[in-house]
Amino acid sequence: MTAVAEPRARPQPSALTRLRGWFRNPWGKPRALKVVTWLYILWSIVPVLIAVQFSFNATRSRTVWDGFSDRWYWGDPVDSVWHDPALSNALAQSFKLAIADVLIAVPIGVLLALGLARWRGRGSGTANFIMLFPLVTPEIVMGVSLLLVFSHVFTFIETGTTAQILGHVTFSISFVVVIVRARLFSIGRQYEEAAADLGATPFRALTRVLLPLLMPAIIASAAVVFAISADDFVISQWLSSGGPTDTVPVQIYAATRAAPLPSVNAIATIMMVSTLLIVTAGFLTWRLLTRGERRAGKAAEDMGAFNLN
Amino acid sequence: MYRRWLWPASALPGVLWLVLLFVVPFYAVLAVALGTVDPILFQPVPTWNPLEWNVGWLNEVFTRLAPGGIWFDVGVRTIVYVVIALALCLLIGYPVAYYTARHAGRWKGLILILIIMPLWISYMMRMLAWVNLLQEDGWVNEVLMFTQVLSEPQDWLGGRDLTVILALVYGYIPFLILPLFAALDRIDRSHLEAARDLGASPWSAFRRVTLPLSKTGILGGAVLITLPMFGDYYTPNIVSGAPSTSMIGNQIDLYFHGGPQPTIGAALTIVLAAFLTILMLYYMRTIHRAQREAGTVGAL
Repeated sequence: MTAVAEPRARPQPSALTRLRGWFRNPWGKPRALKVVTWLYILWSIVPVLIAVQFSFNATRSRTVWDGFSDRWYWGDPVDSVWHDPALSNALAQSFKLAIADVLIAVPIGVLLALGLARWRGRGSGTANFIMLFPLVTPEIVMGVSLLLVFSHVFTFIETGTTAQILGHVTFSISFVVVIVRARLFSIGRQYEEAAADLGATPFRALTRVLLPLLMPAIIASAAVVFAISADDFVISQWLSSGGPTDTVPVQIYAATRAAPLPSVNAIATIMMVSTLLIVTAGFLTWRLLTRGERRAGKAAEDMGAFNLN
Repeated sequence: MYRRWLWPASALPGVLWLVLLFVVPFYAVLAVALGTVDPILFQPVPTWNPLEWNVGWLNEVFTRLAPGGIWFDVGVRTIVYVVIALALCLLIGYPVAYYTARHAGRWKGLILILIIMPLWISYMMRMLAWVNLLQEDGWVNEVLMFTQVLSEPQDWLGGRDLTVILALVYGYIPFLILPLFAALDRIDRSHLEAARDLGASPWSAFRRVTLPLSKTGILGGAVLITLPMFGDYYTPNIVSGAPSTSMIGNQIDLYFHGGPQPTIGAALTIVLAAFLTILMLYYMRTIHRAQREAGTVGAL
């Protein structure tokens, strides 16, 4: 099984030896890889942390640090997130869309996943095929098509909150299906069959056996849907009717192209923290509900599976 | 005997939703792009009957995209941006994914969390972060001047190709690393051990075992970020806003938001979608082949 000299198999050298080895051959494997990885992580996260820092800046600058203040959150009577109607409306709109999206897309997606996994008849192949498309369609194509459908076909729906919710649900359903279907495959059919053998009707087997087993995936997909809805820019922008229907990403976009204040950093920080909290809560619930199902060392794989975005 | 219709019925709301709000809308784009324009109001008049479709607007779009046309530069620029950004993403992303899958050891969980985290941070937030750093008096200029690389501050946000390409890399790379990681993490170590036992050098084992086995991850990740990059318009708008860095997506955006003719925008959308579908089909064919090849490697 072995015969490959793994660097990790040797006893751990002391820090000094490692440092010396580092100087002698800084590009030996896998040190170079390690450096690249950590530099990448710094590069991907530090700019965001700096942006968060400047949301607490005491002055109007987003580049020169002048001390800590909460003015851009609520202190400033005009320009803070709390007092600027454009920003507070955007925050409310983002949450409104994300919550509505979760409430509509998750049930529809769970039912669709169940249907697609169990339905073996005419039409199921087509349905499976259609379901994949929203995952790979560039958002601008979706934005254009939804805008045109609301202006030429479903003319009773005008751009604004309703159109935005319909758009968000459209791109969210497929994510729910993918997450729930993965779970369906991993739990297999034996529980349902056992329930059927014990006399349960298919509907009772679904509600009493299958849905509780699917709960981790349902919670995970709710968190994912919340996050992709809160993050969405293109669909929200194309279907916005301006003013109070602009979401946080739309406001950030508009403000960044004008002359932004640190209040933009503040609203972005609020949104980021909310999303990260919800995703973390979703992930922890998933772990809690699936504990006992895992083999050792599968945590990393789970995390990869949890994130499909 | 509702056993038969329980599952189709459960799929019905979702299928109906996707038909009404995904398939029908796409048909609406076709109907507008291949329709006519009201001569007085200049409003698009969709043509719903495919037999009456008018390809005039599509021809117009192709003429504009052809060499000498007004969109030729934009089209070439879009492809160049996406290709360079993709190459940079792979160049940075592959080592990161490789290290995380193979060598991270007990740090694997932490590194994975840190790699996944940007996916959950709003794209706009991450762009905003760079706009702050790239200001005239921002940290990038400060650092570059402090280290004597620059003698005077540069206007990074004034329409530079480099800024837009790096912004694209920054924005999309997390979406590439994850599938790469998944593919590399799946590779069975015994294949590598077998290669080394049979006398392959580490480099040769990488080139002839690891790389081919991670091909599906590379292609999948590449497609996953290429498709949205081709439709991107907000990234160039945020970090540059100049016409000199405009991409195809910006033209579509322009023709719908304030532009005079949504019909042209719709026709361009159709052309873009067709181009991306071809990319997608090519990807699916390659994946199919790669899987067959991987099957043979596995059998060996």
